[in-house]
Amino acid sequence: MSELEKKTESGSVDAAKDGASSEQKAEGDSGVGMGILFFIAAFAVCFLSGWLLFPSLLYSKKEQPFNFNHALHVAETGGCESCHSFREDGTFAGVPKNSSCIECHESQLGETEDEAIFMTEYVEKGKEVPWLIYSKQPDCVFFSHAAHVTGAKMDCVTCHGNIGESTTMKPYQENRITGYSRDIWGENIWGVKKNPWDRMKMDDCAKCHQEETGSKGACFQCHK
Amino acid sequence: MTQDNHGKKYKFGMVIDLDKCTGCGSCMVACMSENNVPFKEDETNKKDSITWMRVFKLTNGKPFPETDICYMPRPCMHCGGKGDHGHSPCVSVCPATATDYGHDTGIVSQIYTRCFGCRYCMGACPYHARYFNWWDPKWPDGMEEYLSPNVSPRMRGVVEKCSFCYHRYQAARDKAYHEERRDEIEESEYQTACTQACPAGAITFGDLNNPDHEVCKFVNPDPHQCGKPRNPKAFRLLERLQTNPKVYYISEREWVRKAGDNYRDGEWGKEIHSSDGNSHK
Repeated sequence: MSELEKKTESGSVDAAKDGASSEQKAEGDSGVGMGILFFIAAFAVCFLSGWLLFPSLLYSKKEQPFNFNHALHVAETGGCESCHSFREDGTFAGVPKNSSCIECHESQLGETEDEAIFMTEYVEKGKEVPWLIYSKQPDCVFFSHAAHVTGAKMDCVTCHGNIGESTTMKPYQENRITGYSRDIWGENIWGVKKNPWDRMKMDDCAKCHQEETGSKGACFQCHK
Repeated sequence: MTQDNHGKKYKFGMVIDLDKCTGCGSCMVACMSENNVPFKEDETNKKDSITWMRVFKLTNGKPFPETDICYMPRPCMHCGGKGDHGHSPCVSVCPATATDYGHDTGIVSQIYTRCFGCRYCMGACPYHARYFNWWDPKWPDGMEEYLSPNVSPRMRGVVEKCSFCYHRYQAARDKAYHEERRDEIEESEYQTACTQACPAGAITFGDLNNPDHEVCKFVNPDPHQCGKPRNPKAFRLLERLQTNPKVYYISEREWVRKAGDNYRDGEWGKEIHSSDGNSHK
């Protein structure tokens, strides 16, 4: 019995002690709560600034010399190949030179300001347009358009997206560290890819090669 | 065998006729300009100069009346390794897979952006065909505009070597695709810069697997002995190391053929004998 009593006594003492400590805890809790709140707020600020500011820190934006309306030209000429053609030796000519443009633009055809810039600044002065190329790969990369377009019968959209339907040129974004176009890494800063044309990294080449040919390919196939 | 892309198997190789070579060095110059090989103002220290293709001078060591010299151009041998399975000395030691054996071409690749410059491969290569970039390339004013756009210049801290002008193979394939021949490449469509530059016509280049190609006709490689030449006038450097190079040399002169490996006294005749014995097995 006495033991039991002792127990209840000590129990009540414990309870009293608990009450005292819970008061102290309440004071401590408000401190921790403030800490957590501060942490969350600071995290949100850092996270958002990283999310929103980092890309603009990492990439510089450059405007193209003047706007080019792809949709209009595709409708007029009938397809990508009429301007972006292969040379006779099988190499890809990429962005056309003035000589191809002049075939149609001997004199000004429309009334847009952009065409006026093209005619006065470049055609009349005999200067090539310094286009900034979104899909330019690093110097160590060899890419055969012939193997993909003629050999594997792929269409341009698979890798380049719906550029043919665009009416304006987006600003060219250059990675300040590597000097590469943002289109290589992709618009999504986390590297999330929804469409095949969202990114142009080596892994993206390898993924498609794995699916289509059963092999990622050897290094020397695409590196030079 | 998943690495054998698209099935087609080439085995590109080179035959150099040492009796035709005059040692003029055209191949070296052509190679350097074709492949954007960096150079320095002072190239007197040959230990740090880069020469993918290098002409060596051999002599028979005899006094005047019998004295004879031979010039020996040395590109990368593109070794197939023991058993010709692609275990080249350099490929098997590379910790970064920066150098690799192309099972579809037989060409040993070097990927500069992957190399981190440990130089194991240079130690492994018995032919000294590999070179290290101790400095970033410094082109004379305006020369940067004249570099070949098909070969990427190397940076400081990586190893480089002859690639059998692989970019020309890529270009030839581009053309073949464009003409819808898939990758059927004519012998004349893929030739290295040194081959075309040689004024004496001492260098021949082509597919060792294709009996119609000149290289195959010249050396008659034995497919059951990892491509060992059946032409008795042809030899490969350091044949006994079993590196199975894809560069063959031809000479009528016995002392030149003998210089292709380190034979001790009395070994030369036996070597020929034992290799004959092997071919009967």
